Amino acid sequence: MSDGVPVTLTVNGVEVRRAVEPRVLLSDFLRHDLELTGTHVGCEHGVCGACTVLLDGQAVRSCLMFAVQADGHEILTVEGLTSDTNSGELHPLQRAFREAHALQCGFCTPGFLMTLIPFLAEHREADDRAIREAISGNLCRCTGYANIVRAVRIALQDGTRRAGGVRQ
Amino acid sequence: MTRSARPEPLRNEDAALLTGRALFVDDVHLDGMLHAAFLRSEHAHALLRNVDASAARRHPGVAAVYTAADLGEYWRPGPLLVPPPPIPGLVFNARTQPPLARDRVRHVGEPIAMVVASSRYVAEDALSEITVDYEPLDAVVDLEAALQPRAPLVHPDLGSNVAARAAQAKGDWAAARARADLLIARRFTYDRGIAGAIENRGIVARWDARARELTVWDTTQAPIPIRNGLARMLGLLESEVRVIAPFVGGGFGPKIMMFYPEEVLIPWAAMRLNRPLKWIEDRQENFYATTQERGQIHDAELAVGRDGKILGVHDVFLHDAGAYDPYGLTIPINSQCTLLGPYDVPNYASEFTAVFTNKPIVTPVRGAGRQHGVFVMERLLDFAARELGLDPVEIRRRNYLPPDAFPHDHKILFQDSAPLVYDSGDYLPALEAAVQAIGYADFRAEQGRHRAEGRCVGIGVVSYIEGTGIGPYEGARVTVEPSGRVRLATGVGTQGQGHYTTFAQIVADVLGIPVNQVHVITGDTREFHWGTGTFASRGAVVAGSACHAAAVAVRAKALEVAARELNVTPQELEMSDGAVRVIGQPNRSIAIGELAQRANPLRGAVRPGTEPGLEATAYFGPDRGSTANGVHAVIVEVDPETADVRLRKYVVVHDSGRVINATIVAGQVQGGVAHGIGNAFYEQLAWDQNGQLLNASFMDYLLPTALDVPDVEMLHRETPSPLNPLGVKGVGEAGAIPTGAVFAQAVEDALADYGVEIREIPLSPGRLFELMREGKRAGAHTLEAARR
Repeated sequence: MSDGVPVTLTVNGVEVRRAVEPRVLLSDFLRHDLELTGTHVGCEHGVCGACTVLLDGQAVRSCLMFAVQADGHEILTVEGLTSDTNSGELHPLQRAFREAHALQCGFCTPGFLMTLIPFLAEHREADDRAIREAISGNLCRCTGYANIVRAVRIALQDGTRRAGGVRQ
Repeated sequence: MTRSARPEPLRNEDAALLTGRALFVDDVHLDGMLHAAFLRSEHAHALLRNVDASAARRHPGVAAVYTAADLGEYWRPGPLLVPPPPIPGLVFNARTQPPLARDRVRHVGEPIAMVVASSRYVAEDALSEITVDYEPLDAVVDLEAALQPRAPLVHPDLGSNVAARAAQAKGDWAAARARADLLIARRFTYDRGIAGAIENRGIVARWDARARELTVWDTTQAPIPIRNGLARMLGLLESEVRVIAPFVGGGFGPKIMMFYPEEVLIPWAAMRLNRPLKWIEDRQENFYATTQERGQIHDAELAVGRDGKILGVHDVFLHDAGAYDPYGLTIPINSQCTLLGPYDVPNYASEFTAVFTNKPIVTPVRGAGRQHGVFVMERLLDFAARELGLDPVEIRRRNYLPPDAFPHDHKILFQDSAPLVYDSGDYLPALEAAVQAIGYADFRAEQGRHRAEGRCVGIGVVSYIEGTGIGPYEGARVTVEPSGRVRLATGVGTQGQGHYTTFAQIVADVLGIPVNQVHVITGDTREFHWGTGTFASRGAVVAGSACHAAAVAVRAKALEVAARELNVTPQELEMSDGAVRVIGQPNRSIAIGELAQRANPLRGAVRPGTEPGLEATAYFGPDRGSTANGVHAVIVEVDPETADVRLRKYVVVHDSGRVINATIVAGQVQGGVAHGIGNAFYEQLAWDQNGQLLNASFMDYLLPTALDVPDVEMLHRETPSPLNPLGVKGVGEAGAIPTGAVFAQAVEDALADYGVEIREIPLSPGRLFELMREGKRAGAHTLEAARR
């Protein structure tokens, strides 16, 4: 359409060079230009958290950023959690979600996962209150959150076991 | 009822959802795809004098702009989905939504024009270039004002705002009232909220002129009726339309509504333009353009004896239908029927008036009117208990239908036009289990001490029933592939309920194969095109029973083929670990994939009276719905300074008949409770007198977060339904139904010192604070009067 601004960013470890209209949201850029549709859009005003991705390791809402603001940065989306999404291999956090039945429709799930990746990196242990606070910026209408909290507990134990050198 | 003790299987659908591979409608990308955006009414009620889209049509990148005038013959109001039951004396005025408003708009957000452009961004740019000349009219917002003689009219041709009026009764209310020891009469209100699926609605349509195939991806809970309706509207064969409801990001009711204007227009425009076309609702649109629920006002009266036994109930209520009533009377009839609850109510008279208002359309949202009935009945019992000096738990104990009362005919009609007959139930043990689990006696013993310390803690225990699993029918096809994997196709799509797993379990059980060997296909009309949809907590009951029947037929075929091959009778065979085996001689076996191949030879005829392959299609249609029941109990603490409410403990005892997958059932209940907590304390749509919605965003309309919803402790009871071979009842809505009632009882108990009586839902900290202040004031007056 109109002239794009050239951007260069790294998405899931791959360098991407595109020309993008300045007004295009990062969420739309990821979903519709790069066809990384695992990042979902639920409100487009920064409340529901479904569109959460990592920007240089920090959880951000991709609906509150323009794609051009990601120029020069590193983005990780849910597709980047496993090396090959078709292999059936799951990240430990994804495995914990499955084990705890922490998803129903699954629409909000990628946002929860991406919110929790930095949380788990920063916390070897956390009580339920801390877990609930960590996910309180993500809305889920299906699960009532209890099993998501349980999944985080499993992931924390898992991480602790691994850190202690215990093989799974 | 016994259940195999093996661990619950992990869900078959999870891997795709967790890795971002699952296809949702907005994930569909097609070459040459255009994008639509809608111009929506700014006014709740106005005449449309003129719509000028000429500038928008010239906007670079715009492919087309359509107004009502551009639709020609295609413009017609949507279908009436659910004709009302044949209640004697019923008044019903069907007024269904047009695809684009023509000369009058009836709610904020009603679509007026559609722009099709190269991107959604450009389409929205062009929307601002459409000029609409409105003549604003007074809006109908308040239900009672709507029925006043000089009220503005939503549909002027009707001469009033009455959408419907229906009365149902049994026994003799007047006589019951006359002999009552105590009458409790109150007004109760319930207000609107949104369904709040995190995925908004969306539609993608592609017309392939050479193949003559229209493919539509739709976030619907009812792909098959959408296909059939589109074929009719567009003049196509049903086989020329394929509707796919892929993964759907939460339904909760509004996605069963049809036809939304966008569902009528996107496929039509895709055909006209011969280009794929996408429309995705944004969150703000969702607050106006997706259906909502829950506005009712009840004036109810309970007649009881001194012993607390119910003699009768009388209820007159208003139901907010919104601007159109395409879903008939499902919601108010659910309210009317569910009020009776698990109780023996010998005399009942209920009359409702459904009212048109200048607000978005009302169709079922999780619970679908059942909440209101439960709230009214449970509150009436609470007030009666207080007056009679009975414990609220005790008054319920005294009024349950006994276990030998089933089937119990209430002698009124349910929403599906069938008589309201409870199939089975065992209510008292559920109550006792809940009382035990919440620690009722201990809590009461300590409550005085807490109060003395200034802590406002309270407890609530309420019961409910839920009519689930109604007809008409669903179907399923089971096919054994030569690989040994089994395909299961059914018509009911999933919005997170776990169909890929629950249905697979049913089939795996019958065929003796692992659950992950059953590949479930749902929500694609090319794969299965008979059925209705996912609603009324009916997936497991109706479609599950069809899956079972199809699997049983395939099993019979497999045994027959294997008997021939192994020279035994079918009675000598069993199925386990993916093979048919001779009982007692496990080495004499044939794998089911191999059997499937032998049943479909490349040479050699199919014997007379047999069919090739191992495949069967079956249908299931229950005579009527099955009735689930349960008890919710909660302990709350209210902060007297801020009126914030904390839920200290929440217990659900739930009986949805035989449980297929306890993990999934528990997930449904926990999620339902969360939804109910939102309805009770956080979520309320706020309208001004002009019908403008004041809180149309997630910043202003609060969905409960992880900090607001407790871990629900659950106990499952299993009273099988006699109406289906699996003995199951529905569970999808249960958690959300009694939450308002139990919340009100517990909060009132916590605020006993404040003299608060709760007769409305939703509450909020602000509203509760007002009630506390009013209660104190009224209490002070009473005290003063007593002194005088």
